[in-house]
Amino acid sequence: MAAVELRKLYFRYAGSEKPALTDIDLTIEEGESILITGPSGCGKSTLVRVLMGLIPHSYPGELKGEAYVFGMDVKNTPVSRIATRCGIVFQNPDNQLFTFSVEDDVAFGPENLALPPDEIGRRVDEALQLVGIEHLRHSSPNNLSGGEQQKAAIASILSMKPSLLIFDEPTSMLDPSSSASLIQRIFELKRSLDETGGKTTVIIVEHRIDLLLKHLSRIVVVSEGRVILDGDPLRVLEDSFRKKIPINIPPLLQIYFRVKDKCGLKNTPATVKELVSMLGGLPSNG
Amino acid sequence: MVKIVVESLYFRYPEASDYALRNISFRIVEGESVAILGENGAGKTTLAKNLNGLLKPTEGSVKIDGVDTRNLSVAKIARKIGFVNHNPEHQFFAEKVEDEVRFGLRNFGFSEEAADKTIQEVLNVFGLEEYRGKNPFQLSGGEKKRLAIASIMAWRPEALIVDEPTIGMDYAQKLNIRRVLRSIVSEGRCVIVITHDVDFAASICERAIILSRGEVIGDGRLRDLLSDDKLVEKASLRKPFLIELEKETGLTGLEEDFDAISSTLVEVFQKCRS
Repeated sequence: MAAVELRKLYFRYAGSEKPALTDIDLTIEEGESILITGPSGCGKSTLVRVLMGLIPHSYPGELKGEAYVFGMDVKNTPVSRIATRCGIVFQNPDNQLFTFSVEDDVAFGPENLALPPDEIGRRVDEALQLVGIEHLRHSSPNNLSGGEQQKAAIASILSMKPSLLIFDEPTSMLDPSSSASLIQRIFELKRSLDETGGKTTVIIVEHRIDLLLKHLSRIVVVSEGRVILDGDPLRVLEDSFRKKIPINIPPLLQIYFRVKDKCGLKNTPATVKELVSMLGGLPSNG
Repeated sequence: MVKIVVESLYFRYPEASDYALRNISFRIVEGESVAILGENGAGKTTLAKNLNGLLKPTEGSVKIDGVDTRNLSVAKIARKIGFVNHNPEHQFFAEKVEDEVRFGLRNFGFSEEAADKTIQEVLNVFGLEEYRGKNPFQLSGGEKKRLAIASIMAWRPEALIVDEPTIGMDYAQKLNIRRVLRSIVSEGRCVIVITHDVDFAASICERAIILSRGEVIGDGRLRDLLSDDKLVEKASLRKPFLIELEKETGLTGLEEDFDAISSTLVEVFQKCRS
């Protein structure tokens, strides 16, 4: 069964004249790691709301076409039921944290799944450890910095052990080294869950692409409510570059795409050093 | 023009056991472009809020044009020093995009006529004209961010503090915000950018103040500080791409213009080959 299946999906928010999504066909198989990106305002967050069933259940508007998440039709499945399989970390952590301690926020989901207390405790420990905020366990989310809140929000979803994990700009508030380690952790987590026989699907909605690239199975580019590119990550980025779609192509690739033909480069460099050595180690020493 | 002087600033949140900021001193003068960098929880936003009087020092002082922030109202400071919150929703309350911009202008005594003209200008600059009548809360993440900056920029404060301006921005919008911030600097006003986006910081700011655990661990030319491997690691940062490229190639003075950089590289490459 596909994790996500969208057919001819159309959505227009009530009160808005233009549709937010038009004619979206998208299938995501279980176990995939997908990046959804696109110019700001293109419909990425709307798409995510559909996957969670928040559209149509919480956002009024006109929905046409079909949307299935693990075979559940989002139109007539309660959000609470979808939430047992799909966890989302929202763009803005403030919207997600509401108790007086990080620990309570992280325990909230598993408690609602009516798990036994020792299992809840184990999951809370594990989730806090995964994002590296054990030391903030007893802090009030209100007193945390933006980046710390973001980590707490992520932990509160991981504790639900969802089979589809959706991250809406997960690193936007994180410093470069926390961003790198969070992305690393997300995919380590996926690997370890996969090793125990599960198949975790990861969907990341993000403007920053560099850190993710090596982990992705596909990139989907949405523009003006439509899927305009979908496929192999590097190819999609190169097509975006050629078609001048304003997504944040990593600087290294910005240069690589421009020089590769003229300089006859065969492989994609992973670092600046590699690019320079491909170009013959110039020009500092000659 | 504005001058901000911070002297031996210590700050502790009420009921917190530890200081969020310790022994911070620096001055920022007109025409400066400063990036405040540092790891999550380092105190960047707390520092910014001390610079515009939203928070007052626990010890030490912050003076704006010679006057202690303790003796100034938040509104008075805001006229001079605009602050754009990292979460735009904390800033919005009007029901229409244009009214969000109008609010500040009205408060600072702009005539309706002048306000109309200004609103038109900033909405154009930030590509928000088509959303004029829309509810700010219905905008996308990136659009909200642009509106937040636009509505503060509108009354032309002498200094602008922007907390995480590039979140949710696509490439075209980042270039747009960069252009706007640079033009503020070129007019002799001040821009203070709090960001994790070191490439963005490097493309705007001459100076960086690097915080770690509430203390300043670096203050100087951004290029120098972010070329320092040890400092970059200590502050959980990353070397900006262009600085790394310069180091690896020996080229200097690179600007973030990928067409230009690429032609230079191709040129040098072909020279080496022949």
